[in-house]
Amino acid sequence: MNRRLFLQKIGAALLTLGLPFGFFTKKPAAAAINNEKLGGKPWYGMGVDIDKCIGCAKCMEACKIENDVPKEPFVFRTWVERYVITRDGTVGVTSIGTATNPSTEAVVEKDILRSFFVPKLCNQCANPACVQVCPVGATFQTEDGVVLVDDKRCIGCQYCIQACPYGARYLHPVKKTADKCTFCYHRISKGLLPACVEVCPTQARVFGDVNSVASPLARLKRMNKIHVLKPHLNTEPKVYYANLDGEVK
Amino acid sequence: MNQAMIERLTELAKEVQGYIYPNDLDVHWSILIVVYPYLTGLVAGAFILASLVKVFNVKEVQPTYRLSLLTALAFLLIAPLPLLLHLGHPERGYEVLITPNPTSAMAMFGFVYAWYLMAVLLLEIWFAYRKDLILYARQERGLMKWTHRALALFSNDVSAEAVEFDHKAVKVITIIGIPSAFLLHGYVGFIFGSIKANPWWSSVLMPIVFLFSAIVSGIALVILLYMVTTPFRGQPIDMKCLDKMASFLFYAVIIDFSLEALDFIHRLYESEESIKILSALVMNKLIISLLVMQVLLGMIAPLGIMVAIKLWNLNDELRRLLYFVSVLLIQLGIFSTRWNVVIGGQMFSKSLMGLTTYKMEIMGLEGLLTAVALLLLPFFVLAVLIKILPPWDTPAPSPAPEGATV
Repeated sequence: MNRRLFLQKIGAALLTLGLPFGFFTKKPAAAAINNEKLGGKPWYGMGVDIDKCIGCAKCMEACKIENDVPKEPFVFRTWVERYVITRDGTVGVTSIGTATNPSTEAVVEKDILRSFFVPKLCNQCANPACVQVCPVGATFQTEDGVVLVDDKRCIGCQYCIQACPYGARYLHPVKKTADKCTFCYHRISKGLLPACVEVCPTQARVFGDVNSVASPLARLKRMNKIHVLKPHLNTEPKVYYANLDGEVK
Repeated sequence: MNQAMIERLTELAKEVQGYIYPNDLDVHWSILIVVYPYLTGLVAGAFILASLVKVFNVKEVQPTYRLSLLTALAFLLIAPLPLLLHLGHPERGYEVLITPNPTSAMAMFGFVYAWYLMAVLLLEIWFAYRKDLILYARQERGLMKWTHRALALFSNDVSAEAVEFDHKAVKVITIIGIPSAFLLHGYVGFIFGSIKANPWWSSVLMPIVFLFSAIVSGIALVILLYMVTTPFRGQPIDMKCLDKMASFLFYAVIIDFSLEALDFIHRLYESEESIKILSALVMNKLIISLLVMQVLLGMIAPLGIMVAIKLWNLNDELRRLLYFVSVLLIQLGIFSTRWNVVIGGQMFSKSLMGLTTYKMEIMGLEGLLTAVALLLLPFFVLAVLIKILPPWDTPAPSPAPEGATV
């Protein structure tokens, strides 16, 4: 075998080996934001400052009214969890106004180590597991980074509900299709804020373009240590928490 | 939201232990989704048994070859029904077939199913039966004659070369069929195993465990069918055949048991974040269905029985009785396995801090009665198939009509 033939064979082998890998390599979402999404298109996210949330649940109420979410306390696009960590290390969690864990047993104040509220909603992941698993592509990510459900396409298989690590999805009991937070897409596409952000009396929730340099979201991210929920699952959430406690799941 | 649903969910909410995310209250995948992997498992298992005859030349199992194929077909035809009935919008179900999302494991259903049905099962059955269909048609009159002629696709060649070609074709299809059967059920395991949000499901072993439990359940079902149908035909049960099938069943159960034990030990040893909630799940919600029904009754008891049969020289009648009990126990065990995966995986919240519960409806589209009906339906389909394509008798050769190639 001469040198030319040898090099040709090596080249062909490398190409064959490399093709499948190149095919399946996904562009990291962060790269997509910085390069392509900067061309004028926003890439939406939300910021939540745990220290500012007073657990008034106005956001939950506003969300249900704004988005026609069934009013019964069984399905939610957003909810607020109350954490009470006592001196013996017990972590007590309840969620205000829901049917599942409504009771808040009185805890003697001197026993409380720390206590706080955590607003939860769809994390509008940059790498959404729900979009990956939807068999018909009814749930999708918009160009501005919001994960939506097309209720005219959704077949109601509920695979996305199983795939969401955050419990942010539910089967709409009337429509029989998957439903979830849309960041109030009908509002933000008109330049308005999501309903929950609008009504929050303490500005614990802020909304905006992740890439903007001057916005409440940018400020929150600049002034605080930021954490996201379940980062080990590599869903790349775009709901950024300031002052999040390690106990929060 | 209607009143019945509110009442149901209110009752369910009272059963919550610990903290669950509010949307995690309801179990979304009901008993119908337990039935689905159970049915496809039987398909894959029955096919693997059939392939033992053709590919691995296990002559003893020959009497059940065609029965296995027909069983696989009957169960495969019914397998998509529980999926369809479970959808929020069954009328949109066809979307999965015409506009599948390529990144979705579930969307591959259409391709895997169509491949297995068209390219493997129907084709193999056609080649396996072609000669007999022609011979039947020659002896019959009226509707049956035309049914058999049509099923033979109006072929009329029973010459030695043609039959030899049939045999070769069957062999090739079976060789393609084995990985296809693995694909069919491994893929169902992948649907669960690839959900990283759910620590009970998310395991690379899931497709393999599904596969071996499928083989176990499929072989056990064919043994059961063989033992029930043979006396009805007034024929003696071929003990060599039964012993051989039971032998394969025994090895499959051992592999299945080892894999599940490995999964269990691995989880315990790694003791990840989810271990506390999974332990709570097993101890609070799955103690009967996992420890008693799946492990004790569904695996250890039949294994014990089969070891006893291998150790002691028991007479035929006692062996038959013991095999019969074993295969029934195995069916119970494998159904429990499916239950523990599907329902068990939804009884803890993704908060990993609390448990919900599953209250099965009796009536209703997703209730117990529908599930029982779906489990019985394949047997009716099988009865029809057996009527049209008799798996045990071969027709006597008859004079060929004018112009036919003999």
